[in-house]
Amino acid sequence: MADTEKIIEIQVLRYRPEQDKEPVLQSYKVPFTDDMSVLQGLQYIKDYLDETVSFRWSCRMAICGSCGMMIDGKPKLSCKTFLREYYPQGLRVEALAHMPIERDLIVSVEDFVTKLESIKPYIIPKEPRTLEQGEYLQTPQQRDMYEQFSSCINCMLCYAACPQYGLNPKFTGPGVLALLHRYNADSRDGGQAERLGLGYADEGFWGCTAVGYCSEVCPKGVDPANAINQNKMNSAINYFTRFVTPGGADK
Amino acid sequence: MSNRRPYVRSMDGWWKRDPYFIRYMAREVTAVFVAAYAVLLLVGLVRLGQGEAAFNGWLQYLKTPWMLVFHLIVLAVFCYHTWSWFNIMPKTMPIMFVGGKRVQPGAITGTGLAASVIACLAVLFIVRGMS
Repeated sequence: MADTEKIIEIQVLRYRPEQDKEPVLQSYKVPFTDDMSVLQGLQYIKDYLDETVSFRWSCRMAICGSCGMMIDGKPKLSCKTFLREYYPQGLRVEALAHMPIERDLIVSVEDFVTKLESIKPYIIPKEPRTLEQGEYLQTPQQRDMYEQFSSCINCMLCYAACPQYGLNPKFTGPGVLALLHRYNADSRDGGQAERLGLGYADEGFWGCTAVGYCSEVCPKGVDPANAINQNKMNSAINYFTRFVTPGGADK
Repeated sequence: MSNRRPYVRSMDGWWKRDPYFIRYMAREVTAVFVAAYAVLLLVGLVRLGQGEAAFNGWLQYLKTPWMLVFHLIVLAVFCYHTWSWFNIMPKTMPIMFVGGKRVQPGAITGTGLAASVIACLAVLFIVRGMS
């Protein structure tokens, strides 16, 4: 049977800084087919109903991390969420929680990007090697220690899921701390000392209270809660041993 | 002139926003009951130090209807406490391998729950053996 056209109501949280004092919901009736994502629903709105609706998107296949938003209150990638799941009751889309809204569904990413840069999200080689010396070798088990954490696409759904970040934006947050661990857990990396200061700070691992929702909403199975919490033990050991090791307290 | 005026939403009542947050808050609240019960046991220890009559008085107090109701509530809360913390435990542990295979989260939670059941049964048997 061919897809018959159905109509779904999409409520969009609008915020136009030049005219709105605060965000307001606006409703649109969108014809859809079962294979249409929420992102395609928004694109329909922009193309045919209201060109002023603003939202970010790029790849449409859950790898660019641009189209995260709150869909019926849950942080989701709109390209990976289907309209049919919300039929017939309709759905509400809002900008990602815990981040300032710039316009409509677009949040400010400045804080996230600044934090991401601060943890040096790249491999700092343990030992310099020339091309002649060949590649840095790694066993499958050494790779398993960081591989899942390397799947992060910086979509920030975990930030929208983290009440600790919402309550205290100074907290480095799940995604960036997971990436900090991703590089520190890589056997080829030698930058641990440079990154751990940020991890062991009050705004680092200890800002997390193991709510665990970040891992639940992650579209790539990164499990930031695991990346963060497994570092608390090392942080505690580091904190106490520096008092008993010669010169340790100066570190 | 820039029209930027980023809007920051309020966090008031955040924990009521999602059932996941409510379960998290419930888990955190159970710690208060654990602390309260620890105080109760500490009182028992103090009474023990004050002599047999004082300790027996404390034991009698535990058998009053209100204390029995309190114990039933605490039992239910402790069960949730145990389940919820072992449920989050896999997130707090480093990645482990046994026989070259990664230990699954379910195995960690299951081992924790099994250990707590065995510990409870062991305590029960020891206490029954003594009385």
